[in-house]
Amino acid sequence: MRSPESPVLTIDGLIKDVGPLASLDGKMLRVVSGLSMFAERGQITALLGANGAGKTTTLECAQGLQKRTGGRIGLLGEDPDTAGANLRSRVGVMLQDGGLPPSARPIPLLRHIAGMYQDPLPLDGLVERLGIDTFSRTGVRRLSGGQKQRLSLAAALIGNPEVLFLDEPSAGLDPQSRQIVFELIAELRDAGMGIILTTHLMDDAQRLADYVYIIDAGHNVAEGTVADLLRHGHEAMDGVTERTLFFDAPAGLDIAAAIGDELTITESRAGSYAIAGTLTPQHLAKLTAWWAEKGIMPASLRLEARSLEDVFLDISGRDIR
Amino acid sequence: MTSATPVLSTPHSGPAPLMRRILLQGRYETLTMIRNGEQLILAVIMPLLALVGLTVTPLLDGLGANRVDIATPGILALCAMSTAFTGQGIATGFDRRYGVLRFLSTTPLGRTGLIAGKIIAVLAVLVLQVLVIGAVAALLGWHPRPEGWLPGLGLLVLGAAAFTALGLLVAGTVRPEATLAITNLLWILLGALGGIVVPAERLPDLAQNIVHFLPSGALGQSLRDAFLHGSVSLPYVLVLLLWTIVPGAAAVRWFKWN
Repeated sequence: MRSPESPVLTIDGLIKDVGPLASLDGKMLRVVSGLSMFAERGQITALLGANGAGKTTTLECAQGLQKRTGGRIGLLGEDPDTAGANLRSRVGVMLQDGGLPPSARPIPLLRHIAGMYQDPLPLDGLVERLGIDTFSRTGVRRLSGGQKQRLSLAAALIGNPEVLFLDEPSAGLDPQSRQIVFELIAELRDAGMGIILTTHLMDDAQRLADYVYIIDAGHNVAEGTVADLLRHGHEAMDGVTERTLFFDAPAGLDIAAAIGDELTITESRAGSYAIAGTLTPQHLAKLTAWWAEKGIMPASLRLEARSLEDVFLDISGRDIR
Repeated sequence: MTSATPVLSTPHSGPAPLMRRILLQGRYETLTMIRNGEQLILAVIMPLLALVGLTVTPLLDGLGANRVDIATPGILALCAMSTAFTGQGIATGFDRRYGVLRFLSTTPLGRTGLIAGKIIAVLAVLVLQVLVIGAVAALLGWHPRPEGWLPGLGLLVLGAAAFTALGLLVAGTVRPEATLAITNLLWILLGALGGIVVPAERLPDLAQNIVHFLPSGALGQSLRDAFLHGSVSLPYVLVLLLWTIVPGAAAVRWFKWN
C-alpha cells in the first residue's frame, strides 16, 4: 500500500450496478463493488483482471461515460460526472473498441479531432511516430487491428492530455505495432503523463506497469508494484519460495531418484525438464551432485520465480483467462 | 517511423471554444452525409424522381392547382424526412455500434456538442435539398406563393426537428440493423401513405383520418397550405411540436450511448 502524492485519478469505494437484467429476473447486477485505487502522475497504473472483472466499467465511470451508483471519483480533482469540456480536454481516452468512424480516413479524422482543442499536438510528429503515414490513405474500415489501435492512440493523444486512459491497449496488436505502442506509452510516462490501462495480459502488466491493481469480481483484491506482488505471493505462503527450474539434458532421466519426489517433476518434451515447487539450496546441491556423478552437463539451465499469473491464481482462486 | 520524434511538446492548453467545436462537428457530419452514396440517393435522387413522376403523371390532377405546385411542397417534406429521420437515424445507429458516440463524448466536443453537430448537419443538408429541389421544380413550372416561403421554411425546420427526434429515439434504443430496417420501412410507408407527398384526400379513407396526426401528414399538408395558399394552419404546427417534444424527451430518457 502507498499513499497518494500527485494523483491524477482517485477512486474510492466505487459501486456500479447495471440493469435491470432479464437474465436475472429483472434484478440489477453489481459489476463494480467497492473498488478503490489511485493513479499517479508520471506512472503507468494497470488494472489487471479477467474479462468481466469490472475493469472497463471502472474506466468508463472514471471517464464520465457511465454514471456510478456509489463511491467517489476524482479525475484531476474533478467529478467526471459533472465535469465539462475543460476537464475532457486534459484527458485522452482510447476505448477498447476504438470508437473511430469506419468511413473516415486517418489524417482528416485526426485533424478533425485536433480541432476540438485550443493547442493540439502537431499532427505530423504523432502520425510519423505511430507509423500512421504508412496507411494514411486507407479507410478505417479496412485497417488491420494493429493499425486501428495505433490510430486510436493517436486520437487519444492529439489533444496533448495530462491523463491517458487505455482500455486493453495491446488487443489485436501485431508485434511491430506492440513495440511502437509500448515504447511510446513508456516515453509519455517518463514525460510526466499519468497513464491508466486495463489488461487481462500478465505480460502487459509485467512489462509496462509501475503499479498494478488486481481486480476480481468488481473490486481490488491485491495491489503493488510487480515486484511487490510477486513478493506478496511468497509471503502469503509463510516465506515458502515457489520456483521452477528448467533445464535441457538427455531424455528419460529419473530425476526423482536424485532429489526425492516432494517436487513436481515434468518432462514436457523429451529431454526438456521442469522441476516446480519449494526449491531449496539442498535440492540444487543434490541435483548438481547427481549430474556430476552421472557426468551429465545440461544444455541449458534456468531458474524462475513465480509469475504474476501464479499470484493472480493464488489470490483469486481462478485462472486469469 | 523514426523512434526519436518527440511527441509531447507544450503543456496542456484547454478546449477549443464551444462554437468552434460545434461548427467543426457540424461540418464533419455534413460532409460525411453528402459523401455517403446511399444517403445521397435517399436525400436527393429519390425525391427528384418522385417530383418528376408526380409532375408527368395525372395522379395529382383535379385538386385545384397544377401538378408541380401540389407536388413540390410534399417533396420538400419528404426531403426533411429522408435527411433527419432515415439518414441521421441510420448514421447515428452505426456510430453508436462502433463506439464513435462514446469516443467523441470523451473529447472536448462532449454529448451536447455531438447532438448540436448533428442538428447542424441535418439543417445544412436540408438547405442543399431545398436548393436542388426548388431549382428543378422551378424548371418544371413551380410557382410558390411568395408569402409562403417564410412559414414554409419554418415548418421545414420544425419538421426536421420532429424527424430528428424520432430518428435519434430509434437509433438510440435498438440495434443499428433494426434502425436501418425501421427507418427505411417507415420512409416508404409514410412517403406513400403518410400524407407527405400524396395529399390526404387522395388516400384511402382509413389513412385520411390518421395522417393529420402523423408528422408526415402534418408536415406535408402544412407545407402545401403555405406554398399553395400562403397560410399557416396552427393545428399542424401543434402536431409537429408534439412529435418533436415527446420523442425528444423519450430520446433524452432512453438513448443508450453504448
